[in-house]
Amino acid sequence: MAAASAFSATKFTQPLPLNTTTSRSHDKHQSFFDPLKTTSSSSSFLGSTRKLRLNSASKFNHLANSNRRSAVVAVSDVVKEKKVKSTTNLLITKEEGLKVYEDMILGRSFEDMCAQMYYRGKMFGFVHLYNGQEAVSSGFIKLLKQEDSVVSTYRDHVHALSKGVPARAVMSELFGKTTGCCRGQGGSMHMFSKEHNLLGGFAFIGEGIPVATGAAFSSKYRREVLKQADCDHVTLAFFGDGTCNNGQFFECLNMAALWKLPIVFVVENNLWAIGMSHLRATSDPEIWKKGPAFGMPGVHVDGMDVLKVREVAKEAIGRARRGEGPTLVECETYRFRGHSLADPDELRDPAEKAHYAARDPITALKKYMIENSLASEAELKAIEKKIDEVLEDAVEFAEESPLPSRSQLLENVFADPRGFGIGPDGQYRCEDPKFTEGTAHV
Amino acid sequence: MFGIIRQKVSAGGSPPLAFGQMIRPAVSAWRGYSAAAKQMTVREALNTALDEEMSADPKVFLMGEEVGEYQGAYKISKGLLDKYGPERVLDTPITEAGFTGIGVGAAYHGLKPVVEFMTFNFSMQAMDHIINSAAKSNYMSAGQISVPIVFRGPNGAAAGVGAQHSQCYAAWYASCPGLKVLAPYSSEDARGLLKAAIRDPDPVVFLENELLYGEVFPISAEVLDSSFCLPIGKAKIEREGKDVTITAFSKMVGYALKAAEILAKEGISAEVINLRSIRPLDRHAINASVRKTNRLVTVEEGFPQHGVGAEICASVVEESFGYLDAPVERICGADVPMPYAANLERIALPQVEDIVRASKRACYRSVPMAATA
Ligand SMILES: Cc1ncc(C[n+]2csc(CCOP(=O)(O)OP(=O)(O)O)c2C)c(N)n1
Ligand SMILES: [Mg+2]
Repeated sequence: MAAASAFSATKFTQPLPLNTTTSRSHDKHQSFFDPLKTTSSSSSFLGSTRKLRLNSASKFNHLANSNRRSAVVAVSDVVKEKKVKSTTNLLITKEEGLKVYEDMILGRSFEDMCAQMYYRGKMFGFVHLYNGQEAVSSGFIKLLKQEDSVVSTYRDHVHALSKGVPARAVMSELFGKTTGCCRGQGGSMHMFSKEHNLLGGFAFIGEGIPVATGAAFSSKYRREVLKQADCDHVTLAFFGDGTCNNGQFFECLNMAALWKLPIVFVVENNLWAIGMSHLRATSDPEIWKKGPAFGMPGVHVDGMDVLKVREVAKEAIGRARRGEGPTLVECETYRFRGHSLADPDELRDPAEKAHYAARDPITALKKYMIENSLASEAELKAIEKKIDEVLEDAVEFAEESPLPSRSQLLENVFADPRGFGIGPDGQYRCEDPKFTEGTAHV
Repeated sequence: MFGIIRQKVSAGGSPPLAFGQMIRPAVSAWRGYSAAAKQMTVREALNTALDEEMSADPKVFLMGEEVGEYQGAYKISKGLLDKYGPERVLDTPITEAGFTGIGVGAAYHGLKPVVEFMTFNFSMQAMDHIINSAAKSNYMSAGQISVPIVFRGPNGAAAGVGAQHSQCYAAWYASCPGLKVLAPYSSEDARGLLKAAIRDPDPVVFLENELLYGEVFPISAEVLDSSFCLPIGKAKIEREGKDVTITAFSKMVGYALKAAEILAKEGISAEVINLRSIRPLDRHAINASVRKTNRLVTVEEGFPQHGVGAEICASVVEESFGYLDAPVERICGADVPMPYAANLERIALPQVEDIVRASKRACYRSVPMAATA
């Protein structure tokens, strides 16, 4: 039975013959909607101006492009079906549009503020900003329920914000203050919020993927073994292109498909892993193809277009929620800043940066909203102003919050602090009132 | 996440990329061969050692993330791609388990891989190959297959990077038979030990320290010679003393030397031992020193339990019990994952004051235990 559904899932993305893909424009909003259009304009890695060392690789790339075009058609089919049923031609309602716009502005402005605060010495270590990729976070996470889970990487501030963790709590965490969402213990790369089902903040490549798969496993287990019939929670795992060369990715695609787990693997393909071009790191740059290889749908979507991301996300999240299994979504996006605030960012070609800067996802949404009379210039300005205030407040809050006290050093190491063991006096060390004055010196 | 060299504008630290001046003469060259005439950063020391060994032996190659076009996340491999080409300086995808295993397989066939971990934290994803495929093969094959490979990269606490990126692996790897584990402190150590590691027929875990890369040390003409090499398994007495022995490795050697200076002003003469090699451990040098000073303080950034200090204490209790005039003191990182908040991070790591305080305690100038940082 599972095999049968896996098989049909595979079919879902079977590329159509190339010659049927050309005359498919049927929609006046195609510039935002028709994935075919996207495919030809930002076609696979045409946006990357990366020059390869090996000649054979460019041949590969060419091949990849034609394949990609055909595969994306499968997405447009999904989207088309939806469209026929809907009464309006618009891709988003006013309310949804404003909500997504606000979330994207929040993400962008928050990260810009982080850069300022980092240079002022208010936050430290490795700080990885999300600028440019907002359409992915907002396009996916804003469709989730509170009970759904998100697992992120070290580039996690904006995923946390989209999931509803207050800007104050994220900023304060970055300042290393007790009011942070992890009381200053986690830091930039390790955001957690149980209340919001944000399960981290994983700084090692690939390690978030199995954890996310485990979260999806628990939803299924709760429904099927613990008989919690209403447990239809979905997990989203976010990670980068570079991470798709790590074994944990493949291991989890297999298990998620094998066990039909309610998870969406969201690849934020920003074309680079620090200074390593995706094209230099992977034998077949089309990541979405690995979905069908493991028996699940694989979808490529323009990650600079939040409306397209949303369409694909709706479908994938819906599949997971209905118990139809996992989906792999490759969002082609770009980071507008260096890998981290310490990265000199010398290897990316200015022309490539300019190409993607011109496709800023926030500008694109704004344009769509205004052109379709979904929002006025003034309404959007009001949102921007509101977010400025939110951030000002967040910084002030973080600034004024207290530093962790010394006793906090030994808290939270264990859920049961008797894990520190028994001291020379025969008592549990944690029971000594002076215990937290030390540093767990053995 | 990679740091890749901190460039905080406000922090003002010396720009780590000031790689231009490889060797900075401290005094005029006309003065001729003074032993301490030149200075070199640890980064330059590692870079020149790699360069010289690659140039001397075509079997030596470097692989890892960002070692080529990016010139190394911490610029240790700067210039090597241009000099040796992409066949010998290989940028790998982010797949530690995969490329480490590939390195080990290449070593089985007589090549001499140097595998860079962007930081040693990431070696956790490759531990199967370091321990199972590399460390045990010579034994399992009854000496038929040796594994001449070096695993290197920054180890230990960096600054402000939180729990997953700040950890010392010295004790982890040093508990494993079949591995040699080295931890350089100075530029001399870095050059001499890295060359020794590359020339060695066995797998070597080579633990560098990000926060030392930019540090400048005097360096002698002998150390600059391309034939220079240090023996594996031998500690160095960095400073002689008679009242208390302080053992340390990597960055903590600098702290121990600072503590020794402070102690000297208060009339305590501390002997500082730079371990250099964690496995094999120079038990002879440690015990000889303790037999002279009768007191021991061990210092490390790693966790206390089953740590390097624990092993040193055991050795001293086994070999020199009768010589001890005071309980041994262990200074370690706090027994907690590294916190992010700067104030907590500071108290989670050994500081110079802690070494001073423990040394005084060992010399019976005690301060109460509760005040221990
Ligand atoms: C196991 C492991 N190896 C290496 C690193 C160092 N590292 C941090 S981010 C990164 C690049 C990741 O690129 P990608 O997956 O494309 O994500 P992006 O940063 O582009 O969002 C690397 C190599 C790590 N964090 N974990
Ligand atoms: Mg990337």
